[in-house]
Amino acid sequence: MEYIEQPLQSEPVKAQILCCECGIVIEPNPANMCVGCLRSQVDITEGIPKQATLHFCRGCERYLQPPGEWVQCALESRELLSLCLKKLKGLNRVKLIDASFLWTEPHSKRIKLKLTVHGEVAGGAMLQQVFVVEYTIGHQMCDECHRTEAQDFWRASVQVRQKAENKKTFYYLEQLILKHKAHENTLGIKPIHGGLDFFYTTEGHARKMIDFLSAVLPCKSQHSKKLISHDIHSNVYNYKFTYAVDIVPVSKDSVVCLPKKFTQQLGGISPLCLIYRVTNSIHLIDPNSAQIAEVNSTNYWRNPFGAICNPKQLIEYIVMDIEPIMDKDRKYFPGQGAISHRHVLADIWVTKASEIGLDDSTIHTRTHLGHVLKPGDYVLGYNLEDTNVNDSNFDKLDRSVVPDVILVKKHYGDRSFRKRQRIWKLKRLAEGDTAFDPDANDFHEFLDDLEEDPDLRQNVNIFKDKTKQIPVDTFDNQDESGPQISLAEMLDDLVLDDVEMEETEN
Amino acid sequence: MALRAQFENNNEIGVFAKLTNAYCLVGIGGSENFYSIFEGELGETVPVVHVSLAGLRIIGRMCVGNKHGLLVPNSTLDTELQHIRNALPDTVKVQRVEERLSALGNVIACNDYVALVHPDLDRETEEIIADTLKVEVFRQTIASNVLVGSYCVLSNQGGLVHPNTTIVDQDELSSLLQVPLVAGTVNRGSEVVGAGLVVNDWCAFAGMDTTSTEMTVIESVFRLNDAAPSNITSDMRASLIESMS
Repeated sequence: MEYIEQPLQSEPVKAQILCCECGIVIEPNPANMCVGCLRSQVDITEGIPKQATLHFCRGCERYLQPPGEWVQCALESRELLSLCLKKLKGLNRVKLIDASFLWTEPHSKRIKLKLTVHGEVAGGAMLQQVFVVEYTIGHQMCDECHRTEAQDFWRASVQVRQKAENKKTFYYLEQLILKHKAHENTLGIKPIHGGLDFFYTTEGHARKMIDFLSAVLPCKSQHSKKLISHDIHSNVYNYKFTYAVDIVPVSKDSVVCLPKKFTQQLGGISPLCLIYRVTNSIHLIDPNSAQIAEVNSTNYWRNPFGAICNPKQLIEYIVMDIEPIMDKDRKYFPGQGAISHRHVLADIWVTKASEIGLDDSTIHTRTHLGHVLKPGDYVLGYNLEDTNVNDSNFDKLDRSVVPDVILVKKHYGDRSFRKRQRIWKLKRLAEGDTAFDPDANDFHEFLDDLEEDPDLRQNVNIFKDKTKQIPVDTFDNQDESGPQISLAEMLDDLVLDDVEMEETEN
Repeated sequence: MALRAQFENNNEIGVFAKLTNAYCLVGIGGSENFYSIFEGELGETVPVVHVSLAGLRIIGRMCVGNKHGLLVPNSTLDTELQHIRNALPDTVKVQRVEERLSALGNVIACNDYVALVHPDLDRETEEIIADTLKVEVFRQTIASNVLVGSYCVLSNQGGLVHPNTTIVDQDELSSLLQVPLVAGTVNRGSEVVGAGLVVNDWCAFAGMDTTSTEMTVIESVFRLNDAAPSNITSDMRASLIESMS
């Protein structure tokens, strides 16, 4: 059997007519005009603006989405496209077929959009038209940036101050804050002469900071608020809160002179004491008897005392001879406070390092450093004999009980050498080493202290310094380089590298 | 000769005028300019009559006619009918038609020999058309439109039809009418050619919006360039002699 092929049912052929305007032969259409003539006669994009303005905030790089929203969108992104299309008013009268970006220079503050629209013209003919809309990017600061710019963004500030020459406590505080991430909620940290200001959006954050500070350091705080505005109708008051935190003005390695009455409270400790550590209380040691005492912040502010000697006045001495004092030779009295067993009391004969060879006479004193010193060592101490001290408590002391020299700590050679040897570093709150101290020496002294005192660095995050090489021959010069921090105590710093990860195939 | 005209700022002059080889009717109330165009062109050859039908001016859509006769709707007043009879030549028979589709101009298109009518037209009307106008009557549509009078304009020389008319339909109509047909527009793309154009064998009037392209189409399909009354009569004579012999 054969199939008879069906003739194709085609559309009846329409007569061709002449375009009524230009006379070219066209298929009849509702307007009976050729496309060219129709386009010249009617513009379906009439009423659609060909230029528009986008508002852009330079501070946070976001675009304004009217009425009041700010959105982040990349150039030539889908989000930006929708934002641009929303700007065009007359688009609902035509049918949008296609929209795409035309490339413009990123810094030209112009965005060009190519749009294809379908529109109905007189007589029901559909016309497609392509046109370009140019957007000018205008700058407008968003509200948040405006607040930031106007310095009007914080509700509460915490002003931490230490009114003292010896700022070691402050460095210690900085490391504590870093370790406990207590600065996470801050809007900003501003170094001010003598301290730091922390800014917060809410009072609660500031209170939290105060709690943290009073937990880790002996300090007192004052609270004040300033009325910014208030609404009499709703009883809403808008305050700015300020907390002033005063850290005790004494630091590690300072010598203090206690009031007579206060020494009795502290177990009959000698009025002249050395501060050997500051945690949430002040740790005092009497170098003459190795008796120790702790002063917490309440006690301190009840009986305030100042430093009479600060680490800047430390002088280098050379140990000529040393004799530990046995327990049996010590004097005890009833009601005496605790005596340190980690320190060894010793009689010591020292000479000023600057006068060695010139003057053979040695100075006798007592020290709590018997466990680290041996003849020939360098040791740092205060020359009380020649120091001019302005302290009312000190003036009341019997001069005969005041030692000529108070030794503070062993001196481990050249500081710059130690600095070079150091293979670790600390994070800082404010960028730059000299953010809140004029001379970096203080900070390096703090670093030395960290190396010498394992208890101190318990509360501190120590990071490996990638720029320094770990010396291989550590054993050779261990003696002269002094105490060091073992690698086990150091942390690896987080380093972000833009190295593409390779896909692992299973 | 093809001319442009406007009736009171309206380009649809086919609504307000009816032109045949023997007479021309124009609606009353138009500006003098409209009549002047017709009278200037036709005054010497055919009478230009001002009429109204049932008190309306849209006479072009209400009546239909050729050189043999004129059909007016049933609503035509007696006075109007009397006026038309008085004004037209005696050879033209004027007849009232009782027809439901009373806009006769919209449902009937004719020249002196053939008429295309609306498919639903009364059989009696069809007979009256054939008797009065002396034409052959065909029930037809133009590009699927039943209003043949609106969408087509005929003369003895040619015809203009709705632009969407297919080639097949054109061929069929053309063979019925025995005149060449062309699809086209008037008044800058308007497809209601019956409303925009009136035509007889030697002249045509189109709306003021009609473009030169459209004019060219009209002139060529109705063969107006070489047409003058004398030429026509000689042509007609020749064809008449041919048909009689």
